[in-house]
Amino acid sequence: MKTTSPVTSIIAAIGATLITLGNNWKLAGFILVLIAGAIFPLVATGVFTFQITQLLIYAIAIAGLNLLTGFNGQFSLGHSAFYAIGAYVSAVLMTQFEMPFYLTIPVAAAVCFVFGFLFGLPALRLEGIYLALATFALAIATPQILKFKPIEHLTGGVQGLALFSLKPEAPFELPFDQDQWTFYVTFAVTILMFFIAFSLVNSRSGRAMKAIRDNQIAAKVTGINLSLFKTLTFGMSALFTGVAGSLSALLIAFVAPDSFQITLAIAIFVGMVVGGVGWIPGAFLGGLFILFVPNIAEHIAHGLGWFFDLIRSVVPFFPTVSEQSAKGLTGTVYGVFLILLIYVMPSGLAGLLRLAAERLARARS
Amino acid sequence: MEQVVQQVIGGLATGAIYACIALAIVMIYQAIDHLNFAQGEMAMFSTYIAWQLMEWGMPYWGAFFLTIAISFVLGYAIERIVFKPVHNASVLSHVVIFIALFAIINSMAGFIWEFTIKPFPTPFGTKSVLGDGLLSAHGAGMIAVTGIMLALLYLFFRFTRVGLAMRAAAANPDSARLVGIRVGFMNAVGWGMAAAIGAVAGIMIAPVVFLEPNMMVTILLYGFAGAVVGGLTSPGGAVFGGFAVGVVENLASFVPHFGAEMKLSIALALIILVLTLKPNGLFGRRIVNRV
Amino acid sequence: MKTKKYGMIPALALGFAVAMAGSAFAQSPGVTDKEIKIGHLNPYSGPASAYGTIGKAIAAYFKMVNAEGGINGRLINFISYDDSYSPPKSLEQVRKLVESDNVLLVFQPLGTPSNTAIQGYLNGKKVPQLFVATGATKWGDPKKFPWTMGWQPNYQSEGRIYAAYILKNYPNGKIGVLYQNDDYGKDYVKGLKDGLGPKAKTMIVSEQPYEVADPTVDSQIIALKASGADILFNATTPKFAAQSIKKMAEIGWKPVHFLNQVSNSVGGVIKPAGPENADGIFSTGYLKDQNDPQWKDDAGMKKWFAFMDKYYPDGDKTSSFNTYGYTVAQNLHKILLSLGKNVTRDAVMKAAANMKDLDLDLLLPGIKINTSATDFYPIEQQQMMKFNAKENKWEFFGPILSGEVRGS
Repeated sequence: MKTTSPVTSIIAAIGATLITLGNNWKLAGFILVLIAGAIFPLVATGVFTFQITQLLIYAIAIAGLNLLTGFNGQFSLGHSAFYAIGAYVSAVLMTQFEMPFYLTIPVAAAVCFVFGFLFGLPALRLEGIYLALATFALAIATPQILKFKPIEHLTGGVQGLALFSLKPEAPFELPFDQDQWTFYVTFAVTILMFFIAFSLVNSRSGRAMKAIRDNQIAAKVTGINLSLFKTLTFGMSALFTGVAGSLSALLIAFVAPDSFQITLAIAIFVGMVVGGVGWIPGAFLGGLFILFVPNIAEHIAHGLGWFFDLIRSVVPFFPTVSEQSAKGLTGTVYGVFLILLIYVMPSGLAGLLRLAAERLARARS
Repeated sequence: MEQVVQQVIGGLATGAIYACIALAIVMIYQAIDHLNFAQGEMAMFSTYIAWQLMEWGMPYWGAFFLTIAISFVLGYAIERIVFKPVHNASVLSHVVIFIALFAIINSMAGFIWEFTIKPFPTPFGTKSVLGDGLLSAHGAGMIAVTGIMLALLYLFFRFTRVGLAMRAAAANPDSARLVGIRVGFMNAVGWGMAAAIGAVAGIMIAPVVFLEPNMMVTILLYGFAGAVVGGLTSPGGAVFGGFAVGVVENLASFVPHFGAEMKLSIALALIILVLTLKPNGLFGRRIVNRV
Repeated sequence: MKTKKYGMIPALALGFAVAMAGSAFAQSPGVTDKEIKIGHLNPYSGPASAYGTIGKAIAAYFKMVNAEGGINGRLINFISYDDSYSPPKSLEQVRKLVESDNVLLVFQPLGTPSNTAIQGYLNGKKVPQLFVATGATKWGDPKKFPWTMGWQPNYQSEGRIYAAYILKNYPNGKIGVLYQNDDYGKDYVKGLKDGLGPKAKTMIVSEQPYEVADPTVDSQIIALKASGADILFNATTPKFAAQSIKKMAEIGWKPVHFLNQVSNSVGGVIKPAGPENADGIFSTGYLKDQNDPQWKDDAGMKKWFAFMDKYYPDGDKTSSFNTYGYTVAQNLHKILLSLGKNVTRDAVMKAAANMKDLDLDLLLPGIKINTSATDFYPIEQQQMMKFNAKENKWEFFGPILSGEVRGS
C-alpha cells in the first residue's frame, strides 16, 4: 500500500512507453513484463513472493521437459533427477567449496547438460512407453543415489544440506529483503531461460527437433543427424530443469533426498501436459497448476464435512465422517480436478486458449 | 555359495509377486495399447474389497471369485466413464488421467480402510515346502496361480473369438473396425479383464506384504520392469521377466561394498541396459512403425 | 500430586494477568481475547499419508478442548495444512501459517527433512516450532535453535538402551542389524554402535539396510540368518517390522529380538504379524498401548476411548498414531493452560522449557516429562518390555531408563 504513489507514476510511465513503442507490441509486452516483475515483490506479501518465485522455478523446469517432449517427441517421467542434480550441485558448491550462489548456476547447468546428454544415449534406443519407464526408473533411483555412502561427505547423506546461513543478501546494500532479492534473481534467470527457449525452438535446430518429433524417418531422409539432435535435446532439457533445481536450492535453502521424490517428476510432467505440450508459455500455466491446485484441493477436501452430513441425512446407516477426516480426501479431489481438466481441455490450457483465440478471430471477421 | 542359492530362491518368491502384477500389466497393454500407472492401485482396491467381504463373513473362495467379478465390473466402468470421453486425447493426456486415477484410488482406500496394516489370509498355508523355509506354501501357491492365469490367458487370446477380436482392436483399431469389431467395447472388456487379473495379483501378494493403501506403489514399478524386460507383447515373457527381476535384485546385494544399499538402483540400471540392447524386451515382438 | 502442582501455575499466572490489566498481552500474533491460533503441518496426501491420522487426532483433541470451554476463555483455532512430506512444500505451508494466518506457534511438523527445511525460517522469525514429530537427536539444541523443541524419546538413546542391555546380558552375542536406509534407521544404528563402544566392530556381524520402496524385507532376513547372528536389532517401520516377524517365524529363525518402539504397537504390528510369532521380543515404551489388555481399566485409557468415541468416531482405534496425537496435543493443552491470559510466543517457549514432572493420561506409570532452559528433550524416559504371547501383552521390567543422548 505504501508504494501506491510510485506505482501510479510507474503505470503512467508504462503508458507513455507503450505509446512511443507504437506498433512494436512484442517489445512493449516484454517491457511490461519487466516492469511488472520489478514492482511485484515490492507490493506483494512475503509468502506470495515466495510462491511466485517457486512458480517461476517450476516454469523453467516444465519448459525444459517441454523442449524434450513437446518439441522432440521424447517422453520423460524422470525429470526430478535433473532437478535434484541441479539443486545438489549448487548446494555442494556453496557448502563444501564456499562458492557464491550465482556462480553455481552455470556449473549446475553444465553438469545437468552432461548428465542429460549421457542419459540421452541409451534413450536413443528406447521409444515411447519404454523411454517413459526408463526415465521413471531414474526418478525412483534418484533419492537412493543421493544418499549413497561414498558421496555422503559431499551430499550430507540422508540429512541433506542446510543453506540458511549461506543465502545471499541483496548486494550493494540494495534495500531488498531476502524474499525480494531471491525473486529478482529468479526472475532474471527465468527471462534468460525463456529467451533461450524461444530462440531455440525458432532456430534451425528447433526446426530439426520438431521434424524429428513429427516423423523420424522423414527427418533422417532430409539429412538431419537423428542421434545428435535427440541427445543434444535431452541435454538441453536437463540443463533447463537443472537450472530450476539450482534456483530451488536458493529459495528453499535446504536440499535432501526427500525433496526429490518421484512425486516431483510427476508434478513436472502434469504441469507440462496441463500447460500445453509444445507451447513454451504454457509452462507458466503448468507451474500455476502444480503449485496452487493441491492447496485448493486440500481446502475443498477439508470443507467436505457438509457433503457427508448431507449423505447421512438421506442414508442414515452411512458411517460417520468426522470433520477433520475429510482431509484424507485431498488426493481424491486433486485427481478429480485433473480428470475434469483433461475432459474440458484435452490439449491443456494452451489448447483452450488457442481455441478461444480462434473463436475470437472468427467472430471478428 | 549356500547363501547365493538361498537368495536365488528368495528372489524367486519375491519374483512371483512381480510376475503376477507384470502379467496384469501385459494384459492391459494387449487390450488398450497403454501402460496403466493406476493398475497397482486398482489391484490394491480390489484386495480391500476381498478383505471387506471376508470381514463380513464370506468364506475365502467366495470372496475370491466375487472380488474378481466386482473388479471386472469396476474396470469396465472406469473405461466407459473416465476414458471413453477422452478417447481422442493424446497419450500424454491419458498418462495424466492414470496419475489422477492413482491419486483418487489411493486416497479413497486410505479414507475408507485407514492405513493400519491388515493381515490377509492365504489358502495355501505358510508351511515351508522347500529348503528350510525358503519357499513357503503360499509362495509356491502364488507361482502356481500365476501359471494357471498365464495358461488361461494364452488359450483365451489364441483360441476364443473375443480374445482375437480384442487383440485386433488394440493393435490396429481402424482395420478392426472395418471387419466389424466393436473396438470401444473391446477396450472396456480389456480393462475389466485387467482389473480382474490385478485383483488376483493383489489377493496373492497381500499375504506376503500385508494389506495397506500403499502396498502396490513400488511393486507396480517392479512389475513394469518385469513386463518390459520380458517384452510387453508376451505374457510368458512378462512372467519370466518378473522372476528375473526378483532374482537379479537379490543377487545385486552381493556386489561388494555397496550392493546391499544400492540394490534397487542396480536392478533399475540392469533394466535400462536390457532395454538398450533389446528395445522390445527379451521375448517381445518388434513393433513396426510405418511412415 | 503432579496435577496439583501444575494446577497452581495457571492460577498464579491468571492473578498476574489480572494485575497487569491485560491490554498489552492481546498484541501477540495469533492470540485475541476470543481465540488462540495454532498452526500445524502434516502429510495428508502422498506417500506418507499414513501419518495423516495424527493430525486428525490432534484436531479432534482441540475440538474437545473447545467443546469444554476452551483454554482460559479462549477457543483454539487449529489450522492444519498438508505438506505431503515434501520439504519445499513444508516451507511454503509454514510461511502461510506464520505470515498469512498469523499463528501463535507451529505445532508437530512431521519428519526430519521437513523440520530441517523450516527450522531456520521459524527460528529467524522467533516462532515456536513446538514438539516436532521426529525422533532425531538434533531437535534439542536451545543454544542454536531456541525456538525448536522435540518431544518423543530420540532414536539414538533408545539404541543405547538396547546396547547396554545386550552388553550386560549377551556379551558374546552376534548381532544382526536390519534398518531403514534413512535418517531414522541410521540414528538407531548410531545409538546402538555408540552404546556398544569398541565392541561394536566385533559384535555386529551383519548390517542389512532396506529402502522404503522395497516390497519386502525377506531377502534381508535370509541374509541376516545366514550371517549366523543370534541377536536381531530391528529398526524398521510398522509394515516391515510385521513382515520381518512373520518371515522369521516362517524360516524358523529365533534370535534374541530387539524391536524399535516405532513398531511395537500391538494392534498395528504384533497382531497382523501373529502374536505367537512375537513371543519374547524386547522393546521399550513410553506410551500405554490401547490394544494391550493390561490398560483396559486404566483411567487415562478410558478417557482416551471416550475421546475417540465422541470426537473422532471414525478414527482407527488400533492405531498408535491416535494415542500419540492425543498425548502430544494434551501436552500443548497443559502448557497453554499454565499461561493463563498471558499467551505470547515467548511465554509458550518459556513454559515449554519449564515442565517439571508433568504427567499425561497415556504416559506409562512413572514416566514424566521434564525440561529446562538447557534441556529441550521433553520425554527422555523409557522402560524396557518383553512381549508375552500367551497373554498378548507387553510385560515391563527393570527400572525407568534414560538414554540421555543430546546434540548431534
